Amino acid sequence: MFYREAGDFKTSYEADSQTFPIAFDRYRYWFVLAVAFLVIPFVINDYWANALLIPFLIYAIAAIGLNILTGYCGQVSLGTGAFMAVGAYACYKLMTAFPEINILLHILLSGVVTAVVGAAFGLPSLRIKGFYLAVATLAAQFFLVWLFNKVPWFYNNSASGQISAPERFVFDIAVTGPNTKAWAAYLVCLVFVTLSAIVARNLTRGSMGRRWMAIRDMDIAAEIIGVNPLKAKLSAFAVSSFFVGISGALFFAVYLGAVEVGEVFGINKSFLVLFMIIIGGLGSIFGAFAGAAFLVCLPVVLKVIGVDLFGWPPDLVAHFQLVIIGLLIMFFLIKEPHGLAQLWRVAKEKLRLWPFPY
Amino acid sequence: MSADFLYGIEVILNGLMAGVMYALVALGFVLIFKASGIFNFAQGVMALFAALTLVGIMEGQVPFSHLINEVFGTEVHHFGWHVPALLAIAITLFVMVAFAWAVQKFLFKHLVGQEPIILFMATIGLAYFLEGFGDLMWGSNIKTLNLGLPQGGSRVIEDMTAKLGGDDFYGFFIDKLDIVATGVAIVLVLSLICFSQFTKQGRAMRAVADDHQAALSVGISLNFIWVLVWSLAGLVALVAGVMWGAKSGVQFSLSLIALKALPVLMLGGFTSIPGAIVGGLIIGVGEKLFEYLIGPMVGGATENWFAYVLALAFLVFRPQGLFGEKIIERV
Repeated sequence: MFYREAGDFKTSYEADSQTFPIAFDRYRYWFVLAVAFLVIPFVINDYWANALLIPFLIYAIAAIGLNILTGYCGQVSLGTGAFMAVGAYACYKLMTAFPEINILLHILLSGVVTAVVGAAFGLPSLRIKGFYLAVATLAAQFFLVWLFNKVPWFYNNSASGQISAPERFVFDIAVTGPNTKAWAAYLVCLVFVTLSAIVARNLTRGSMGRRWMAIRDMDIAAEIIGVNPLKAKLSAFAVSSFFVGISGALFFAVYLGAVEVGEVFGINKSFLVLFMIIIGGLGSIFGAFAGAAFLVCLPVVLKVIGVDLFGWPPDLVAHFQLVIIGLLIMFFLIKEPHGLAQLWRVAKEKLRLWPFPY
Repeated sequence: MSADFLYGIEVILNGLMAGVMYALVALGFVLIFKASGIFNFAQGVMALFAALTLVGIMEGQVPFSHLINEVFGTEVHHFGWHVPALLAIAITLFVMVAFAWAVQKFLFKHLVGQEPIILFMATIGLAYFLEGFGDLMWGSNIKTLNLGLPQGGSRVIEDMTAKLGGDDFYGFFIDKLDIVATGVAIVLVLSLICFSQFTKQGRAMRAVADDHQAALSVGISLNFIWVLVWSLAGLVALVAGVMWGAKSGVQFSLSLIALKALPVLMLGGFTSIPGAIVGGLIIGVGEKLFEYLIGPMVGGATENWFAYVLALAFLVFRPQGLFGEKIIERV
């Protein structure tokens, strides 16, 4: 009834090609942004921030990044964890080497560093395809993690081999370090998520995104119609790694504060982010958010039900968690291989016709 | 002969043995990939699950005892009997066949015709499920697998080769278990080859691997073949699980051997059984030699990534691996 194009007359090309063609979607978008920026920071507490909101936002950036590479450009990557580590270590080195420069700039710069590294590891994609490439990206995963463990320069020769974020301020408010307030950390992440989503959305519907999708659908055919596979694939790797690097920097500096690379950025992280985009939906920015929200919430919900409600020991609940996550993944793949984003699309289609079926 | 050279030979020998162990895991991948185009990430967890089940049955553990005790407030742990090894292996095999059937019936039957990446993700889901399920069933503590396989360094070889490189050379250290594993792997591969070449089911299996639709049209049941292939992969997983379990205990890290098998697969080609063996040997020798020669210069622990980098460098020149089918692309 209210969710349709009818009566919404576009009078300019800009209006015609906007992201949300339906008026209700635009209001919803501004409403969500308003709630996220103006309401949540005032009601947030440490538990909600650290257990749900901040990890959700950070994983959403990583999922957007991986979705650009895997969902839009069709190059399966299992090296996300390592690229997050690159972002984290770049951020750490920049923070300690140039303490007077704003931390937000450092986070952006660590994205740039990761983009360069990602493009370098994307080079084999010109020769190697499909599963061979997926396994090849594991080389990045293991090699980079090993490198960060073995070369003392990366962790400034600290005795523990860990990196820990020094305290940094934005407008005189601590955003990293032990004295960070939950709302400050949340807002930093939120700003980056919002910008990332807007940039990614507009990249993917522009000419660059179309080149990526042409490569994904069939790279030889794309090459024949004039898409340069070198540029398209490497730009996908670079842009994807840029976002993943930002998320890694945030994960280290804002969320955890101290990081041991093998534990935090191991191969499990790569799989986790891959799950997010598969469950959320490949080739969809909304899917990245949905998948991140789903997989961040699931363990928390299971833990609340298992430990607090039934009073089971945590190890038993942890085993159940694995079983349930595995079952859910299989169930989703059988029922809806295109992910939560597809459900959302179907719901919107239905809504456009509602309440009259034709 | 100088002692350094002999040490090098020892490293190579040990690398070959390790390579055989990698090849054992890689074999399971190849079997399934060839027959159904599914890249089965759960192979490592299947090995873990098979080994857990074998130990559990041999020790007479009550399945799900932790859960049962928690829900009903009982205190059961063991049935109080010990099952002989051969019988336990037979029961475990039966469990793996049942697992293969269930996987086919409840998972892949519903995913026919999906893109390979979706199937791959499904096997990752399967890996998570199986890992949690195995832990629920048998508990997550480290178990020792005692099948009476020989352990420790082989005295005979050590005595035979002692003094070859001067007085301070103590002879080659070669684990007896590795020798047994090599023997078992050779027997396994030979019997797999015989099975696929000389039996009716084996021929059907090759037909399915060649062309699904053509196989279907001459009356081969795809369902049956896929169950068969998953059962064979279960058998390979059991053997790999037993060998690795006897070497380093049955525990979660056993499932990580899947990650060791991936570069082997890349190098050998996803579709070739000889490729899995040769790839395994190359990777085994390569990483041991690299660790021995270059490792000390760069801080060691290179085994984690060297195999991948080697395989990656190799693939740049030959994208389908050593023995993989030539990739032909058409528009």
